[in-house]
Amino acid sequence: MSGSPPSEWQYVAGAYTVVFVTVLLWIAIVAAKLQRLQRQLAELVEKARVRDG
Amino acid sequence: MTPRLKLPVLAACSTGLLGLALALVFFYAPTDADQGFSQRIFYFHVPIALTSYACFGWGAWKALRYLRTRDERADTESYVAIHQGVMFGALTLVTGSIWAKASWGVWWSWSENQLVLFLVLFLFYCAYFMLRFSVEPGSARANMSAVYALFGVVLIPVSFLAIRLSQKFIHPVVFNSHGPQMAGSQFLTFCVALAAVLALFATLYQVELAGKRIDAHLRELRELLT
Repeated sequence: MSGSPPSEWQYVAGAYTVVFVTVLLWIAIVAAKLQRLQRQLAELVEKARVRDG
Repeated sequence: MTPRLKLPVLAACSTGLLGLALALVFFYAPTDADQGFSQRIFYFHVPIALTSYACFGWGAWKALRYLRTRDERADTESYVAIHQGVMFGALTLVTGSIWAKASWGVWWSWSENQLVLFLVLFLFYCAYFMLRFSVEPGSARANMSAVYALFGVVLIPVSFLAIRLSQKFIHPVVFNSHGPQMAGSQFLTFCVALAAVLALFATLYQVELAGKRIDAHLRELRELLT
């Protein structure tokens, strides 16, 4: 890797990558939360079934 | 539009608009004569900053609605809007910092009122979460959060106008009393990018809100079953 400072397009690419990665990370967090909610819902359905016999 | 349809339509709109905005930024907008290629950061940096102001404003409006109606849904909506605002605020600071390094040669300048005031606004709303989660859930927490969100909204015009009130600055002023100081193609690109980021906010807001509502319903269901 050379020691020269990044060129303008590298800064632009960096800025847009930060935005893209943040949105992706946010989607990953929401996906993880959805999985947790799905699991909790399945547990509650199971509990309701057991209660109803 | 029914809520079941609203979210997919919003998501499709924001994806389409983001794609269009990126295409315009890189293939349509001309390279700025003054700042060069790095000026292309402007097309997402400024809409993200304006969206974070919109998020905080929306959060304050919902907080006001909570104080008037005591509707718990308004409290949740205020919280989600501020949460999104902090996320967009962090992105504003990071993209702005990268642009500053490309244009001015520094990552940050403490002498710039606009930057410092935006940082103050961002930290103010970060502290909102410390306040909110230091109090047990209930009406006391919702009241405190709502009052705090309303106080914060005062900082928005201060932050927005700081650059115009400042006598000495290096932060560029693109919109002044004479209108946008850019070419028509640049302004069109900016408008599409602003619409894209606002649509992204609307989508993320609805998704997070839906998650919070499902969470609350599950908690209620668990209490009913135990």
